[in-house]
Amino acid sequence: MLENLFKFMVYPGFLFSGAIGLLAGWFDRKITARLQWRVGPRWYQNFMDIAKLFLKETLIPDGASRMVFFAMPLLAIAGSTLASTIIMVINQTPGVTFIGDLIVVVYLMLIPPLALMLGGFASGNPLASLGGSREMKLMLSYELPFLLALVVPIAKAGYSIQLGGIITYQALHGPIFFSISGVLSFVVMLLCIQAKLGFVPFDMPEAETEIVSGMYIEYSGPALAMLKLAKAILAFALPALLITLYFGGIIFTASGILMSVLEYILILLLMIVIKNTNPRVRIDQAVRFFWRIPTALAVLAVVLAYLGL
Amino acid sequence: MGIKEKILTKSLYVFHLSSGSCNNCDIEIIDCLTPRYDIERFGIVLVGSIKHADVLLCTGSVNRLTVPRIKVLYEQMPKPGFVVAFGSCGASRGLFKDSYNTGKPLDEIIPVDMYIPGCPPRPEAIMAGLLKLIDKLNSKGK
Ligand code: SF4
Repeated sequence: MLENLFKFMVYPGFLFSGAIGLLAGWFDRKITARLQWRVGPRWYQNFMDIAKLFLKETLIPDGASRMVFFAMPLLAIAGSTLASTIIMVINQTPGVTFIGDLIVVVYLMLIPPLALMLGGFASGNPLASLGGSREMKLMLSYELPFLLALVVPIAKAGYSIQLGGIITYQALHGPIFFSISGVLSFVVMLLCIQAKLGFVPFDMPEAETEIVSGMYIEYSGPALAMLKLAKAILAFALPALLITLYFGGIIFTASGILMSVLEYILILLLMIVIKNTNPRVRIDQAVRFFWRIPTALAVLAVVLAYLGL
Repeated sequence: MGIKEKILTKSLYVFHLSSGSCNNCDIEIIDCLTPRYDIERFGIVLVGSIKHADVLLCTGSVNRLTVPRIKVLYEQMPKPGFVVAFGSCGASRGLFKDSYNTGKPLDEIIPVDMYIPGCPPRPEAIMAGLLKLIDKLNSKGK
């Protein structure tokens, strides 16, 4: 019991993945700044932002539903922490896997955007509702290719819906990434993760310049800090899931950890470059995009995986 | 200095409010974000929602219509928060002092922590001003 609590709260759960997620957030800001020929913030900037938010007061908007408004940040952070804990624990000891844990992780990762959406609706702000409805449409659009692409590692690993099974398969046969279907489904996953993390070009749910951060608009103080932390943890968990599914997981030896860190940085870098070289698309364009090209690619990848390529 | 002030001053989020300025001040604020000045180095970020802000940066000469809105925005800023009066207009109504539409100066409506003079202030002056605000906060915690 105590050991599980430690796993959830400290390592590899809340504190560990939160810290890595915040560092990833700084990495994003720094690379963005460098791409724009600026200097960018210092490495501890995101930690300071979170610490500052905990010092501030939380305002409750008039007419908001208090319960939902305050429950949702907690729910978001619980969901993303649990997802990252499961991924990391199974990477450490592939033996503790249970049937369907991959599906559990995928659905746990859906909780933060859902919670954020409900929190936005509960705040009673029209811009937040607009952001919430956009988030909903975005979710509908990226979930289809995401789940289709997920079939590829499952099929490759002998139809195993266990993260542990996929890791042990890759330990024996080499990373899934080194096959045609693996590359295709990795590309689709990367695009979906871009949308899941709300990076440009798919950041219309929180577009600062048109609907002033959308669902976050009424949140302040500790509640906002928790939402930001939930997102930071997701920014750790989603690439970690990619590494687990396509690069053979995180192997806990010195060279294995170094490799995983490099892969993590590479995935982040790819997303940040996509983010900085693309304009924001409209929500209808995003839906059309996701339901056409990535879905077609994912279907192709599934067929190829079925044929064993 | 207190740990609280130290954290606060490392991450100031600025909300920019235009209370009837001639728009020159507002353009100069955007200048601070450009590669040449890059105010994000100090952790200062422009935000779109007052609920996320630590600093209310008010430009313009405060015309009669904006007075109630300034009060509402000041109340909606999560405390601890600070107010910066920006430009000659923000400090003293500037050249709109005798206009029919200009009421009281900003510091008679809400408490002002800091003035940045100039018409408009140069980006260097803005950065010097914000850094002075940070110094002021730091010495407060002593
Ligand atoms: S201070 Fe000068 S530049 Fe700024 S709003 Fe007033 S008149 Fe315009």
